[in-house]
Amino acid sequence: MAYIKAERLDVDFPLYHMGSRSLKKRLFAAASRRVEQDAQDRVVVAALRDLNFTITSGERVALIGHNGAGKSTLLRTIAGIYDPVGGRLEVQGEIGSLIDPMAGMDPWATGFENIRLRAWYRGLSDAQAKALAVEVVAFSGLDEFLDIPVRSYSAGMQVRLAFAMATAMAPDILLMDEWFLAGDADFMARAEERLAVLVRDAEILVLATHAMDIVRRWCTRVIRMDGGRIIHDGTVEEVLGPEVITPPAEAVAPAPPSPAG
Amino acid sequence: MRDAANPRLLARALDDLALGLGRWRLPLALAQMDIRNRYRGSVLGPFWLTLSTAVMLVSLGFLYSQLFKLELRQYLPYLSVSLITWNVIAGMVNEGSNALIEQEGVIRQMPQPYSVHALRCVLRNMIVAAHNLPLILLVFLACNAWPGPEALWALPGLLLFVVDALAAAVLFGMLSARFRDIGPIVASLMQIAFFVSPVIWKPQLLGENAKWLPFNPVYAVMETVRGPLVEGGVSPLIWLAALAYSAILCGAAFALFVRFRSRIAFWV
Repeated sequence: MAYIKAERLDVDFPLYHMGSRSLKKRLFAAASRRVEQDAQDRVVVAALRDLNFTITSGERVALIGHNGAGKSTLLRTIAGIYDPVGGRLEVQGEIGSLIDPMAGMDPWATGFENIRLRAWYRGLSDAQAKALAVEVVAFSGLDEFLDIPVRSYSAGMQVRLAFAMATAMAPDILLMDEWFLAGDADFMARAEERLAVLVRDAEILVLATHAMDIVRRWCTRVIRMDGGRIIHDGTVEEVLGPEVITPPAEAVAPAPPSPAG
Repeated sequence: MRDAANPRLLARALDDLALGLGRWRLPLALAQMDIRNRYRGSVLGPFWLTLSTAVMLVSLGFLYSQLFKLELRQYLPYLSVSLITWNVIAGMVNEGSNALIEQEGVIRQMPQPYSVHALRCVLRNMIVAAHNLPLILLVFLACNAWPGPEALWALPGLLLFVVDALAAAVLFGMLSARFRDIGPIVASLMQIAFFVSPVIWKPQLLGENAKWLPFNPVYAVMETVRGPLVEGGVSPLIWLAALAYSAILCGAAFALFVRFRSRIAFWV
């Protein structure tokens, strides 16, 4: 059974490459809540503070909050990119992260080469890598373009390839940043169905987003963050309040999600 | 599980190394792409590496054989092995400083063993070296200066190069990610090392003072490969010194990796 359990989780961003002295003066004059000094007198941004939550199998969690509230940092921490400086984080289950699908893509390599690279980045076996390639070829619909460098793709084609690679295999825990909900309407229509399958098959979904219609449609639980802390954690109804349906047309047939962001 | 109170630093560092080495095909493919991208669109491609080294060898060979009043046929084999091994060492150290910084895009977006990035840097430099090594054979052929069977001793020397290169990529890669001045400092130290090490000049020129040479780590490590190829072998003392310096380098790199591995994502 997959689960994610955080106890008093803290993550700090040290500010190394700035003139910390003048920075200190400026920031502390403003009595900032999030910029602190740690034990060694370094200036740090409190990215996540004192997070306590348990996400169990079957839950669909939306992380919401303003820009800089700590949503993406929390996703990256769960994914294993950042280590906690305080508290503990327990993650059980295979993680699939749709954080930045373009990461690790070589623009000068062909589509096929990038697919192979991605399989290795994920540590897939040869058989799994082959399955990944087959699926990406089928979904991306890029056909002969897969033989030419990704650099010469249009932006839309690059997104299609990136999306196909990122969503080709269903993990236990799916971490998703709102990038996946941004995009033109055409692409969203194609992508939506695939994401829905992925979300359905994953045991746990953690989604960082601003798009409340997606939250209401996909999620069972909402964690609202502000200033690196959890300020509200509950069911969708509890956190967002009852759905206000203004245009009657939408109540009959829900429109595809509007591009976030 | 990641617990700030019980970070299991050693176990996670070892996992990282094992996973990175186990994925060797990934850093190898990335290293090949790095080389390909570097020479993309050029007619000679990566053989520019060979050609530019060849030009360097010929011009330095003529110049210094005149300056040192040595016969070209005797000097050129020495110079070619020296310069090519030096280039390998300098390349590994200088690019090692960038091994992690240049992978920021991957490090911050995708969980990946850090050893993959260090290995990519090492393999890239091994590919560069492989483009230059044939020149040594060519010079041996041209000067009819074939070494004896003792040349096989260069193989353990090359192995030592690879191990040291990985340690250098981890050590300098981490240090320069945290302190951005380390890269330029290392680069200028290597510049000095080029002149104070016997690369273009022969150790014999030092006369009595040659006995201090083993205190130069670059000389000791370099000599494990150069000695067997052009000087008829290498003394156990040099090997002892080279192993000692390598142990220090690897120890420092490993200690730093164990202690600060989890900070790398914040540094780059």
